Amino acid sequence: MKIDRRSFLGLGLGAAAGIAVSPVGVKLTDDSSIWTQNWPWTPVPEDGEITYENSVCSLCPGSCGISVRKIKGRPVKIEGDENCPITGGGACLHGIAGLQYLYDPARVKTPLRKNGKRFEPISWEEAISTVAGKLGEIRENGSDTLGLITGGAQGSMTGMFRRFLDAFGSSNAFAMPSLDANLELTAQTLHGAGKTLGFDLENSDFVLSFGAGLLEGWGSPVACYKANSSRKERHGKLYQIEPRLSNTAANADKWIPCKPGTEADLALGICAVLLSKNLFAPGVYPGGLNRFTANVTKQYSPENVEAITGVKAADIEKLAVEFANAKNAVAIPGRGRGDQGQSLREFAAVQTLNALTGRLNKKGGVFIFDKESYLSFPEAAMDEIAEAGAGKDKQAASLDELVTKINASDAPLLNALFVYNANPCYALRDPKRVKDAFKKVPFVVSFSSYLDETAMEADVILPASTFLERMEDVPSGGGLAKQVVGLARPMVNPVFDTKNPGDALIALAQAMGGTIAESFEWETYEEALEAIAESVWETLSEEGYAVVAEGNPEGIPTTNFAYMADMPDAVQAQGDGKLILMPIDNMRLTGASSPFAVKTVSDKVIAGKDVVVEINPATAKGLKDGGDAVITTPVGKAKVKVFLNEGMMPGVIGMAKGLGHTYDNPYVAGKGVNVNDLIAPVIEPGSGLDAAFGITASISKA
Amino acid sequence: MSEIENKAENGSMDGAGECTAGDPKDDKGLGLGVIFFMGAFLICFLSGWLLFPKLLYSKKEQPFNFDHALHTGEAGDCESCHFLREDGTFSGIPNLESCMECHTDEPMGETEDEAVFCEEYVAKEKEVPWLVYARQPDCVYFSHAAHIMGENAKGKIDCITCHGHIGESTTSRPYEENRITGYSRDIWGKNIWGIKKNSWDRMKMDDCAECHVEMDGHKGYCFQCHK
Repeated sequence: MKIDRRSFLGLGLGAAAGIAVSPVGVKLTDDSSIWTQNWPWTPVPEDGEITYENSVCSLCPGSCGISVRKIKGRPVKIEGDENCPITGGGACLHGIAGLQYLYDPARVKTPLRKNGKRFEPISWEEAISTVAGKLGEIRENGSDTLGLITGGAQGSMTGMFRRFLDAFGSSNAFAMPSLDANLELTAQTLHGAGKTLGFDLENSDFVLSFGAGLLEGWGSPVACYKANSSRKERHGKLYQIEPRLSNTAANADKWIPCKPGTEADLALGICAVLLSKNLFAPGVYPGGLNRFTANVTKQYSPENVEAITGVKAADIEKLAVEFANAKNAVAIPGRGRGDQGQSLREFAAVQTLNALTGRLNKKGGVFIFDKESYLSFPEAAMDEIAEAGAGKDKQAASLDELVTKINASDAPLLNALFVYNANPCYALRDPKRVKDAFKKVPFVVSFSSYLDETAMEADVILPASTFLERMEDVPSGGGLAKQVVGLARPMVNPVFDTKNPGDALIALAQAMGGTIAESFEWETYEEALEAIAESVWETLSEEGYAVVAEGNPEGIPTTNFAYMADMPDAVQAQGDGKLILMPIDNMRLTGASSPFAVKTVSDKVIAGKDVVVEINPATAKGLKDGGDAVITTPVGKAKVKVFLNEGMMPGVIGMAKGLGHTYDNPYVAGKGVNVNDLIAPVIEPGSGLDAAFGITASISKA
Repeated sequence: MSEIENKAENGSMDGAGECTAGDPKDDKGLGLGVIFFMGAFLICFLSGWLLFPKLLYSKKEQPFNFDHALHTGEAGDCESCHFLREDGTFSGIPNLESCMECHTDEPMGETEDEAVFCEEYVAKEKEVPWLVYARQPDCVYFSHAAHIMGENAKGKIDCITCHGHIGESTTSRPYEENRITGYSRDIWGKNIWGIKKNSWDRMKMDDCAECHVEMDGHKGYCFQCHK
C-alpha cells in the first residue's frame, strides 16, 4: 500500500462530500445572510420604553393635534392625536413626516452672518449684539424703516414680533397671503371690523365650492378631509366650480367647469337669479339691498354670466334654485388652498351668496365670529421715537405692494427687515422682483429654520428651532367652524444650536435696552406665553387645547352691500397670450415639502426633473402626450413636459405649485420650475391683494 | 502486413499490455483512496452534524434559575405575568416592577435562586438581564395581539403553539447564542438539520408561513412582518 496522489484526492473529496451532506452548508448560508443584516455599521434604532406625547403641528394653518411616539425619549413617529377637537385623530402626509424637518439638510445649524456672498457661523452672543447694534443705528435715523414679514398674523409669536416693532417705533408689519387674512378682510368688508368667517362643513348638506380645494389643502386640510368623508354618510352634496377636474371636483357630486378667474362672476350671476326670482332670505342689511339688486341683475343676467364663465344660463338658474332651496347649504370661496392669488371681489361675492340665502350663523352655514383673542399683551413701553413711529402710516397696504414700492423707490424704503416663518423669495408671484427688493434693504434678519430662498438673502440668520423643538401656541384658523388654540410643546431638545424665536427676540430686545427692553421683561418666551395667554393657560397647559369659540354664534349679523353694490371690476390675467396658465394646488406639495412628501408626487406632476403641465387635447395642437414643450408668459419661460388631460378646460394650462425650489436640499430642490416664476402679480384695487389667478401664456413644442 | 498495419497492431497491443500490467497496483491505490474518502467523509459529516453546533453556539446561563411551574402554581396562568398592555403592545418579559407586585427584598420561599433575585435585583432595584429565548431579529415585526386576540380560532392561538411547554419547566435551560448572528438558537431550533416535530420547535419565516397557509390559505405579504 502506498499513499499517493489518489489517496489525497479521496481524502479531499471525502471531506467535501461529508461537509456537503452535513447541515453545515445550509446553516452557514442562513446564518451569514442574517449576519449581513447585523453589520455593526447598519444603524439599528435603540430599543426602549415606548411613550407618547401630544403636541400640535404648525407646518400649515391646519393646527392639527399630533401624538409623537417616542422610544427611550427619542421621537420616532408622528401620528394624529385622537383628542384633538379639530382632527379627531387624523393627520396628513406632511404632519406624519414632520420628523424629517428636524434633520433637514438645509437646516441652519448655528447663527450665521453674511460675509460677502458667503455665510459664516457666529455665536448667539455675537449675532444678537450685531443685530442690536445695527438696529440701534437705524433707529436713530428713522424707526419706521424697520419692516417685518411673518407667515401668518395669528398667535403669540407674531404678537411678539409686532410688539417688537411697536416698541421700536414702526408700523410696517406685513404677513404672507393667507386664507385667514382673506376671510378676515371679507368679514370686515361685509360684516364689520374685528370679525372672521368659519364654514360649518361638518354639518352642511350642500357645499357649493367656488374652487376651494377641499382635498387639495384648503383651510385646515385634515378637518376638510374629515368633513368630506362624513358628507357621504350624511348624503350631503358637493358641487365644485373650477376649470380643472381636481381631486375635489372628482370627489364632488357635480363638477361645474368655469373659465379661470370667473368664479366671482358666477357667484354674482347666482345672486342675480335669487334676487330676480325673489328667492333671497330676509336679513339685516344696513344701507339696503336696492342698489346691489339693481346693479347685479343688470350686469349679471344668466346670459351675460354664461358669456363670461362658460357655464350655461339654464344651469346657472337651476343651480341658484337648488342652492336657495337646500336646507343647510353653504358657499365657500378661495381657489385651491385659498391663500394666494385671491381677490376680495371673489370672496365677497361668494359670501354675499351666503348672506342672501340666510346661511349666516346657521348650522351647516357660515359663522361670523368675533375675532376672539385669547392673548393679552401688557401695554408696550414707548419712548419718544416709538410714539413718533406709531403715528406714521404703513408703507404699503400689502406685502406685494411693499415689494413694488421698494423696487420703485431710489432711496431705501426700509433700512432693516425681519423675516419670520415666511419664504417670500419663493412663494410670492414673480419672486425675482422680491429678491430684488430684498437686495435694496440694507439689513435683513431672518429667523428661519432652513437656509431657504429667503434666508439666503439675509444678512444675519438667527435660526429658529422647529415646531418639534419648541413651545408655541398654535391658534386654529383656515375657515374652521370653531376657534381652538393648541399648545405645541418641545418633543425633543434642539438638534442644532437654534433657539425659540421668541427667546431670540427677548434677547435682542434686552440687548437694545431702553423701552424696548422694558417691553420684553420676561426671562424666557415660555414665561411670556404663560403670562399673555393667561385666560386659557390652565386648560391649554393641561389639556393641550383650549376651545375659544364653538357652535354657531347667536343672532343674525349685519351685511353691508356697499362694496358689492359698487360692482368692483374683475381682475384680468396679465399679457395678451391666447391661453391661461393656472397654478394647481396639490396636497403633496403644499408649504415646505418634506422629502417623504415630494417622493409621493405623481409622474403626472413631475417627470424626472421636468415639471408636467396639464392641457386639454383640443388645445394642445401639435403637442404630444409626454412630449417636451416650452411655455412662455410675459414674465418668464420654462421647459416643461406635456400631459394631455381631458379634465382640464380648453384654453387653460395647469402647472403644479410648490416645485422648483433652489435651496440646498437635494430631496426637495432642483425639481421642475417654480410656477410663481412665470406669473406676475396683479394687485386688486381696494384690497391690495395680489389677485392674479394666472397669467396669459403660449406653449410650443420644444 | 504492411508497415502501417504493423505499427497500428503493435500500438494497440502496447496499450493493452500497459493496462493489464498496471491493474493490480492501481487497485490497491484506489482502495486506499476509497478508505481515505470514506474516512474523511465520515469525520467531516459527523463533525458537521455533532461538533459544528457546539462551535456555532455559545452557551450562556440565565442570571438565576427561574421555576415556571412554581410560578404558574402560585400566580396563575401565563397572562398573570406576560400580558397585553392597554395600547396593544405585549409586555413580554415582566420588568422588576411587575415581579415586585409579589416579591419584596425578603424571599418568600427557600430556594437559592429567589435569594439571589431578592439580594441582587430587588434590593438594588436593578432589572434582571434575562436572556430571551424567543427574540426574533429586529427586521421582524410580530404582534402578539393579532395572534391571540382574534375572535375565531385563527386568531386565538394559545401560548403553547409557539412557545411550547415552557410554563411547565422547573429550571431555566442555558441560552444558546448563535456566534454569527447573535440570535437565540430557539429560532432555528434545537435540531441542527432544521427538522421539527412540534409547532414550537423552531420559528423561522417558513414556520410562520406554514401556519399562515394552514390558517389563511396564504403565506401573507412581505410587509406584514417586515416593516
